[in-house]
Amino acid sequence: MTAYNVPSVGISADPIVVAEGLHKSFGDTRALRGLDLSVPRGTVCGVLGPNGAGKTTAVRILATLSDPDAGHARIAGYDVVRDAGKVRERIGLAGQYAAVDDKLTGRGNLRIFGRLYHLSRREAHRRADELLDRFGLMDDADRPVAGYSGGMRRRLDLITSLILRPDVLFLDEPTTGLDPRSRGEIWDSIRELVADGTTVLLTTQYLDEADHLADHIAVIDHGQAIATGTPDALKATIGDRLDVTLEDPAALPEAMTVLNTLAGTEPTTTDDDRLSVALPATGPRLADIVRELDHAGVAAADVSLRRPTLDEVFLRLTDRKEPVR
Amino acid sequence: MTAPTSPLRRLGWTLTDGLTLVGRELGRLRQEPGQIVAALVFPIIMVVLFGYVFGSAIQVPDGGDYREYLMPGLFAMVTFSAWLGVMTRMATEATRGVMDRFRSMPMARLAVPLGQTGADLLTGLLMLAIMVSAGLLVGWQPHRGLIPTAQAFLLMIVLRYALSWVGVYVGLAVKNDQVADALVPLGLPFTMLSNAFVPTDGMPGWLRFLADWNPVSALTAAARDLFGNPGAPSGNVAWPLAHPVTAVLLWSAALLVIFVPLSLRAFTRSGR
Repeated sequence: MTAYNVPSVGISADPIVVAEGLHKSFGDTRALRGLDLSVPRGTVCGVLGPNGAGKTTAVRILATLSDPDAGHARIAGYDVVRDAGKVRERIGLAGQYAAVDDKLTGRGNLRIFGRLYHLSRREAHRRADELLDRFGLMDDADRPVAGYSGGMRRRLDLITSLILRPDVLFLDEPTTGLDPRSRGEIWDSIRELVADGTTVLLTTQYLDEADHLADHIAVIDHGQAIATGTPDALKATIGDRLDVTLEDPAALPEAMTVLNTLAGTEPTTTDDDRLSVALPATGPRLADIVRELDHAGVAAADVSLRRPTLDEVFLRLTDRKEPVR
Repeated sequence: MTAPTSPLRRLGWTLTDGLTLVGRELGRLRQEPGQIVAALVFPIIMVVLFGYVFGSAIQVPDGGDYREYLMPGLFAMVTFSAWLGVMTRMATEATRGVMDRFRSMPMARLAVPLGQTGADLLTGLLMLAIMVSAGLLVGWQPHRGLIPTAQAFLLMIVLRYALSWVGVYVGLAVKNDQVADALVPLGLPFTMLSNAFVPTDGMPGWLRFLADWNPVSALTAAARDLFGNPGAPSGNVAWPLAHPVTAVLLWSAALLVIFVPLSLRAFTRSGR
């Protein structure tokens, strides 16, 4: 596996989440094989990876639910195994499920969790109302959660993890299975948290989610981080993509030759008059490309350069042919 | 908010958290009036079904009234429902991620099982009270005075609490609400395979052995004895039926000694 070393932007010297060489096996399955991770305070780290890459295992270890077989991890300087109690006072966890009680009302759920976080009765009630109000659930506060929509439940679950104003919030696929509108609402909530200074570690299968929310991204596959960096930096590693549409399909061979020389790799034909090629990160400029094509007598109807999507980066990095599920 | 370090303060935390969770379980019940109605109707159905439908055809060994004979068995049946309810709740919470949330919070490790078993104890008391009322309505009554009567109910409560820890462990072990739901129907045959509804004398030898050593039988025999209800075993009987009170206490102690540590281990280690 190729390791891509991307210059990280905005990484402060003070990471609040640090994982070093985490290993974890379940029977014969090696979920993590030396995972390293570092999340600067006050940022959103998106952990991307295909199913089974080890995302959930990593979050479970960081949230003290599971012990690593080897390696260690610290949250705000506290070891997740040795100082698990201290870590638990500083983290919030919202998972793939809405871990709230269906039978209780939204307000009832929050009050009980407030009490379990050892707030006084008065403080627990006040904090519940504050969160309901701020995250737009006040109108439904006194309805049993069973009657909530999927998005409302997930939002309630999210704010339950905010009762103690955690330093670090772990969100394990917070929008999986939600409709686009509910996803947008969860995104807004997450942005608001970050504005408050909460550090968020978010796992997701949706690359656009990471693109929208994350300050930097760690792509993990087979239990290791195979690339880290800002979304832009990651996109830059695979270079821009050049798409050329020909006026005459007969010019295809000449166009192939020209693009092959410029890009250093064989272009792919997407149609009998269309070619596409990934340019190296320090690739030729658009003007050069047009001139070279012209020079070879190739008449192009359209020449366009585009930024790769995070999906393309992801597929390239994880070396998978099929799209991410 | 920092976790206390002195053992006494820690115990205080554990109890407070446990009580909060008891409150949570009772709060659920309040939102589910259907469940309360079911809890009210169930004992009445049992009393009618067994007391009158089966009772009309069953002969009590020493010629007593069948409904007098039956009620201690029904009390035992209610008592043994404890582990099923707790198991289902624990498994559901594990399936839905609630258990993970608790485990990621700075709360006492013991609090979750304490909350579940505590809430079960309260609902169990309510069910017992309803069953007692149903019994009194059909002519059952204790005959030996206040102290033995109180002792009988105390035995039920102690065994119920011990059984609820079995539920905690099994629920955490299966970790899947569907598996837990599938286990629930096993409760009825388990109670039936005892002296709760019919004397065990008529059963084939191997079955009688199982029935006599079933803790349901020990509790039923103890309750019959302490209430002065008919059906006291005579002649050559199995040890638990000859010493039913001791047997129930031993069963309770054994269940607690085995299942409390197992449950705690399962709770802290689950998913590791």
